[in-house]
Amino acid sequence: MQLESMYQDIILDHYRNPHHKGLREPYDAEVHHVNPTCGDEVTLRVRLDGDEVADVSYDAMGCSISQASASVMTDLVIGRPVKDAMVTGDEFLKLMQSRGQVEPDEDILEDAVAFTGVSKYPARIKCALLAWMAWKDATAKAMEGSDS
Amino acid sequence: MSIDVERIRADFPILTRTVRDGRPLVYLDSANTSQKPRQVIDAIEDYYARHNANIHRATHQLGEEATEAYEGARIKVANFIGAGSESEVVFTKNISEGINLVAYAMGNAATAGPEAERFRVGPGDEIVITEMEHHSNIVPWQLLAQRTGATLRWFRVTDDGRLDLSDIDELINERTKIVAVAHQSNVLGTINPIRLIADRAHAVGALVLADGAQAVPHMRVNVQELGVDFYGFTAHKLCGPTGIGVLWGRLELLETLPPFLGGGEMIETVAMEGSTFAPPPHKFEAGTMPIAEAAGLGAAIDYLTAVGIDDIADQQHELLAYALKSLTAVEGVRILGPTEAEDRGTAISFTLEGPDGREIHPHDVSQVLDAHGIAVRAGHHCARPLHRRFGVTASTRASLYFYNTPADVDALVEGLRETQKFFGSA
Repeated sequence: MQLESMYQDIILDHYRNPHHKGLREPYDAEVHHVNPTCGDEVTLRVRLDGDEVADVSYDAMGCSISQASASVMTDLVIGRPVKDAMVTGDEFLKLMQSRGQVEPDEDILEDAVAFTGVSKYPARIKCALLAWMAWKDATAKAMEGSDS
Repeated sequence: MSIDVERIRADFPILTRTVRDGRPLVYLDSANTSQKPRQVIDAIEDYYARHNANIHRATHQLGEEATEAYEGARIKVANFIGAGSESEVVFTKNISEGINLVAYAMGNAATAGPEAERFRVGPGDEIVITEMEHHSNIVPWQLLAQRTGATLRWFRVTDDGRLDLSDIDELINERTKIVAVAHQSNVLGTINPIRLIADRAHAVGALVLADGAQAVPHMRVNVQELGVDFYGFTAHKLCGPTGIGVLWGRLELLETLPPFLGGGEMIETVAMEGSTFAPPPHKFEAGTMPIAEAAGLGAAIDYLTAVGIDDIADQQHELLAYALKSLTAVEGVRILGPTEAEDRGTAISFTLEGPDGREIHPHDVSQVLDAHGIAVRAGHHCARPLHRRFGVTASTRASLYFYNTPADVDALVEGLRETQKFFGSA
């Protein structure tokens, strides 16, 4: 049934027990993103250690898809070089824009392949992307900060 | 005479279709937009197939017929809402445009002649709205206040979802220029005491605008009895097409209110040095208007009149009582707004908790309902301040119309229990 294709067990697990949740210090940049259509919000902090993502912490209000996506995202980016994490982010964006037509690269996306079903529901794509967009934004800000 | 809902449903082609793998459609999103009966769809098709021309300026037969369709719809609207004359009925794109029309015209009054004096807004003046407004009745007034230096103030909402009128005499005072309030809340369903507010506003010389988007589809509205100065609504929520709305205004006000949009058809004479304007309503209808949509609106009003607007109100009241009773019986449902069926319409917004006491997000609720063929709205319903007032970011809204049945309500309740099951199991 369609519901299970969207709400994979991985998504429900992350939703019920989100990883890395909560705002932590120290951090290099903080952003606040909203989804204007539904009012979902995320406050997200990034700490970099050189070229590596040292920590991502967040406080979010939203649906299971947006909560689970934030949780999976932190698993995929924390402890990795920013460049590699950005590649994963781009791959995830591509998957979300695919309307379910693209075979996801499991080596890159790992748990995030569970969101393939979400990409078939145009109204929910923004939910899945909210935390990723916030992370990209915060990371860009953190890198600007370290350049200057 | 009561409504034969099964016969009504046969008029709405869309209600026979299935969604999501063959499930019958349970449409509970009419406060968002209503479905259209065959009579309205046919009227629009007939207009394009047989009468299409531009209005007011074409001197051929088709031009006459198109003008008749358009102006005929204006007369139907005037009769439907108890207007003094059809010259008081201005067609707009939707109700947002109707409210913006008044707000921008009031802004334009600053540079208009002395006849527009009563519309002038400036520093020290106050604009009064309410916390339960749709964004379309908040943002235009925020913008007007920004442009003019006026102060925006608002009624608060009580815990049970009514307007808090305890400070009405302080809120609406001699500094107040206009009071803008929803006739019926699109989230809470609350029907507001428009006459009482209008009387207070007029006692201090303020204007009153009521947003009737949610009211006109559901009850007999008489703009003169309501005592307001402006009243807006939109066609697509009352079985009509999208793309056309109505702003009613008292004629003496429309005569002196400065124009909003300039362009073709709204003028009397144009010279390079300056222009004079057509009398209302044409002064406010610049450019080619939604003519086919007006024909569709006229057909929608004919349809609602044939069914009987009072009968619709009675059927809605009965269905509302059943829906409120059914929903409050579901553990974990919290209704935003009045839980009694008095002075209340059929938009029912609520939050839902799972068996673990954790709230299930409205997007997740609506997704599971959708998988069962049930269409509701999830989000803040363009009323973010109101949701904040109730301490939530979003809610699920089921909204009923006269083609809905108790079985639709039962399907919703069953769908909510399925939702709890789906998100409850660890």
